[in-house]
Amino acid sequence: MTDKLGYLKETTSQTAGPYVHIGLIPQQAGFDIFETNFGNVAVGPKTAGQRIRIEGRVFDGTETPVRDVLIETWQANAAGRYNHPADTQDKPLDPDFRGWARAGSDFKTGIYTIDTIKPGIVRGRRGRPMAPHINFWIAARGINIGLNTRMYFADEGEANAVDPVLNLIELDTRRKTLLAEPVTRDGIAVYRFDIRLQGENETVFFDI
Amino acid sequence: MTPESEFHQRDRDIHPPAYTPVYKTSVLRSPRIPLWSLQNSLSEVTGPTFTREELGPLDNDLILNYAKDGKPIGEQTIVHGHVLDGNGRPVRNTLVEVWQANAGGRYRHRNDTYIAPIDPNFGGCGRMLTDDNGYYFFRTVKPGAYPFRNRVNSWRPAHIHFSVFGSGFAQRLITQMYFEGDPLIPHDSIIATIPDKSAADRLTARLDLNGSLPLECLAYRFDIVLRGSRQTLFENKLHGN
Repeated sequence: MTDKLGYLKETTSQTAGPYVHIGLIPQQAGFDIFETNFGNVAVGPKTAGQRIRIEGRVFDGTETPVRDVLIETWQANAAGRYNHPADTQDKPLDPDFRGWARAGSDFKTGIYTIDTIKPGIVRGRRGRPMAPHINFWIAARGINIGLNTRMYFADEGEANAVDPVLNLIELDTRRKTLLAEPVTRDGIAVYRFDIRLQGENETVFFDI
Repeated sequence: MTPESEFHQRDRDIHPPAYTPVYKTSVLRSPRIPLWSLQNSLSEVTGPTFTREELGPLDNDLILNYAKDGKPIGEQTIVHGHVLDGNGRPVRNTLVEVWQANAGGRYRHRNDTYIAPIDPNFGGCGRMLTDDNGYYFFRTVKPGAYPFRNRVNSWRPAHIHFSVFGSGFAQRLITQMYFEGDPLIPHDSIIATIPDKSAADRLTARLDLNGSLPLECLAYRFDIVLRGSRQTLFENKLHGN
């Protein structure tokens, strides 16, 4: 397990398989077992910030929705700080916001939803501000190693224009795959974020 | 992990590539364009944390956590080990989640239609936080082999699915643990996606007689390694200008 320099090799990834819900979203698999369930609602009653809903579908290479996909999101709070000890930015922590959510797509429609808040700007490398964004991690049957991407907000044009990650992606058509457009429904901002695993308009995935 | 240290680059050679025709579902669910490599920022070195209060007392006991009118049928088995990072340091207080089929290879899932029966006393999922040494353990029944539609006669070896968080979102990992000596291992299409034979071998838990409880429960040992992080040797590049 160790190499000559003494580092251990990372455990190898394997697909989450079609029954990932049993372990991670048992109620969706069809049974109740835990007292506390982790789910797709990242906000509590006292969470600060603008409520938003993210919804979308994940498509395979034939444009068919992936109906057994697991999506997790990780984001900063409304002030732009992560609820984690490694984030030492001088900004307030929100005790009512963990920053993480987990959703399974619907077995019939393939639609996933996440209820959260719009994150603030986070300090990036060399102090450059990163536009508000939500980190995505995608696992499913047929996906051998979890896929990382980011969702940005199409209505944050100014911040997006100077975002260090978006600016790495030279092709405008590819950058657009990370932008979610808002629509207002029942008084709440809904951001539509579809993910295309393969083919035309393939979403940008990152090796982080 | 010290604040704002970066993770070592993921060694993609020990992981399955996205496109692995031997496992048919991967063909249409794999990106065709290479991944865009990102240097870590706060978004990647941070990740969610969980507390013991969120877990129930039986969450790591799959023998009892869904028992209704008796115990589940099967080989009583302890699985235990350490979660370490690439530098050999324990990963403390990290959430480990597991799920598996019952002793007959049947999953408690609305989409599983395999003819083997559901066990009324077995749910098949559990979770735990590692302790200060990165140690975890849970008790279960050994899962059975399971047929799946890949080739016409494809069978999965007995396996337990694992999900681990680590301290940063870049360490997020899902994998599967196999059992030492299982003759289905060399025939499995999902293990065959792994290019490196020794990497596949590290997913195989070893029989651990010393860890077993006499007259009660066998034990298997499975250690998990997450990506290590580089300590900031000179200037803090994430932080400064």
